[in-house]
Amino acid sequence: MPEQTDSDRADLPEAMAELAEDFHAVSQPERLQLLLELSRELPALPERYVGQLDKMERVDECQSPLFLAVEVEDDADRTVRLFFDAPAEAPTTRGFAGILHEGLDGLTARQVLDVPDDAPYRFGLAEAVSPLRMRGMVGMLGRIKRQVRLRSEALSAAGESA
Amino acid sequence: MSEKIDAYAHPERLVTTDWLAEHLADDDVVLLESDEDVLLYDTGHIPGALKLDWHTDLNDPLTRDYVGGERFAQVMGERGIGRGTTVVIYGDKSNWWAAYALWVLTLFGHEDVRLLDGGRAKWVEEGRELTTEVPEVTPVDYPVVERDDSAVRAFKADVLDHLGQPMVDVRSPGEFSGELLHMPDYPQEGAMRGGHIPGAKSVPWARAANEDGTFRSREELEQIYLTEQGLDPSDDVVAYCRIGERSSHTWFVLTHLLGFGTVRNYDGSWTEWGNSVGVPVER
Repeated sequence: MPEQTDSDRADLPEAMAELAEDFHAVSQPERLQLLLELSRELPALPERYVGQLDKMERVDECQSPLFLAVEVEDDADRTVRLFFDAPAEAPTTRGFAGILHEGLDGLTARQVLDVPDDAPYRFGLAEAVSPLRMRGMVGMLGRIKRQVRLRSEALSAAGESA
Repeated sequence: MSEKIDAYAHPERLVTTDWLAEHLADDDVVLLESDEDVLLYDTGHIPGALKLDWHTDLNDPLTRDYVGGERFAQVMGERGIGRGTTVVIYGDKSNWWAAYALWVLTLFGHEDVRLLDGGRAKWVEEGRELTTEVPEVTPVDYPVVERDDSAVRAFKADVLDHLGQPMVDVRSPGEFSGELLHMPDYPQEGAMRGGHIPGAKSVPWARAANEDGTFRSREELEQIYLTEQGLDPSDDVVAYCRIGERSSHTWFVLTHLLGFGTVRNYDGSWTEWGNSVGVPVER
């Protein structure tokens, strides 16, 4: 498979493009270490979600259970906030969540919706972790975008009726 | 080893955490960690253990199949494993992937391969040492041995021939019954059809394991598979799940703990059967 070029990352949001660049700059084994670092840096759940897994969405595509919560703030930009919960025994799943958190948290709803669906494959991880395992990250991104879309629409509808 | 392990049909296939702690430094023992999660080993592992990944080491990158003899020899040799080495495997998820790896080593006829009873979780729970230090290995020559799929592996055609004979579906009850669990926008992935292979008995793999991930005692296992399910150690049995990993666990139980003579793991499992045109499905 040919190495990706900078133009392959041109349509990614800035923080995500930088991460993709970091991954491509290192060897396969080092990519795993980078993923491990991201898994360690994944923020803990804020108090309002602790013990509230029923308020979060379960991502079934992940091999290990991962729970996701998406908030869209009622501001002009419709700022997106992401929250993830995955056990320490699932570092790969946590690492994928770490990439999405670092790459997408704090962006506008529009920016998140514009993220290409194949973004998970832009980090050169498929060979390092095997393509089958990438499904988890594809599932997370799809669910994040779906929730952002639903929540933005709900906010717009509420704004119009007010 | 222990009273519990000595009661099994092939006690030499299982080691306790105590045994492992005593034999970690043995020259003729190589310890492998095989997990579902490819990074778990890197977060900390049993001292001296090497990583063996089911995707990147044991599966062919192109064809849906296991690696061939040359690649297998390389995977073993670079871990310092010779044909006569005692290989002990442990992993996460009650040893699913460890059992899967052991089964693949069996395809290549590696004679002395054992599981750590309770796997990674038990070692951790007992507060034993973990390290992130990857041991340095002096590579050895492992002979190129061709895989022999005939004894312990079933292909789809074998399963079609086997219909009407004992078969164990080790998936969860929901997968067995064919109920779909999906939400709007997310059609069930993995298989076009839900259900099970006609005549298969539903015995979820986890019934063979205790809460701490160790195997149930021989007496308890006989109660489940012999008394309740009516299987006999002389039966010709096929086990399957979704991709063949959970059924490796059951294959290990039937073959090594209960001494069944003919058990084949159908690794194509539901991701093949549930997508195949024209094969019979029962719900």
